[in-house]
Amino acid sequence: MSGLHDLPAWAALAIAFLLLLGSGLTLLGTIGLVRFKTFYERVHAPTLGTTGGAGAILIASMLCFSVLQSRPVLHELLITVFVTVTTPVTLMLLARAAIYRDRTEKADSVDTLVGDRGVNDGEHSARR
Amino acid sequence: MRRLLPYPLLTASLIVMWLLLNSFSLGHLILGTIIALVASLSMAALQPDKPRIRKWHKIPVLIGRVLVDIYHSNVAVAGLVLSGGRRERRPGFVVIPLTLRDRTGLAVLACIVTATPGTAWVEYHADNGRLLIHVLDLVDRDAWIETIQTRYEQLLREIFE
Repeated sequence: MSGLHDLPAWAALAIAFLLLLGSGLTLLGTIGLVRFKTFYERVHAPTLGTTGGAGAILIASMLCFSVLQSRPVLHELLITVFVTVTTPVTLMLLARAAIYRDRTEKADSVDTLVGDRGVNDGEHSARR
Repeated sequence: MRRLLPYPLLTASLIVMWLLLNSFSLGHLILGTIIALVASLSMAALQPDKPRIRKWHKIPVLIGRVLVDIYHSNVAVAGLVLSGGRRERRPGFVVIPLTLRDRTGLAVLACIVTATPGTAWVEYHADNGRLLIHVLDLVDRDAWIETIQTRYEQLLREIFE
């Protein structure tokens, strides 16, 4: 941890705030994961960590090392890009597996909400 | 030139990535360029569809809208988690008819829908263009259809089609 004490006060404050914000959002995401009741609701909670949480922590990292090294350090942007590009893959995999299970088990969570073949036929809006 | 640079965009982004990961110097520029050229030539062997971007100047608009929406939905979902069971949530599915057919455009839309907390891409049927998404707090179905169609689909069609 060389040179962290060289950080000017304004930068240290901003970085600390961003780190707390990011880790707080990630924590909220995990709490949501535990608290929400159904699978489809749970899927939403961790995205707090991958967007707001990761975003704030990465901005803090960019700010910290840009100030310390007196040059723009931007490779955290790559993490942002890769996280954004890869999360849909796992999410869609999970969501499609869940919807497949629900349809084969004739569970009421999807089909009663969207209609029998909601995505396939002319059904636009859902019926309850 | 086409044979040497089958995917100019990919080559350019690989060079930028190399320079971001290492610090900028002439040696790294040359090394990064060689690696990017080899990588994009091997990509050409896989023969993926080449995405065409028609309106470059619209991309910052798209990024801006996504960032604004990510901010708003982060606040909204964080609020929902904090309120716990005290406030009733209304999770639900929405079917959205899409006219966007470009594969890259759809992939970008999938990234946007997934990256926004509170909405999740569930299913897309390529033959009739219907997209099924799940919304954590569904107040107004038509408002969601309207949002996806006017805020994102139109813009993506302008960029990619």
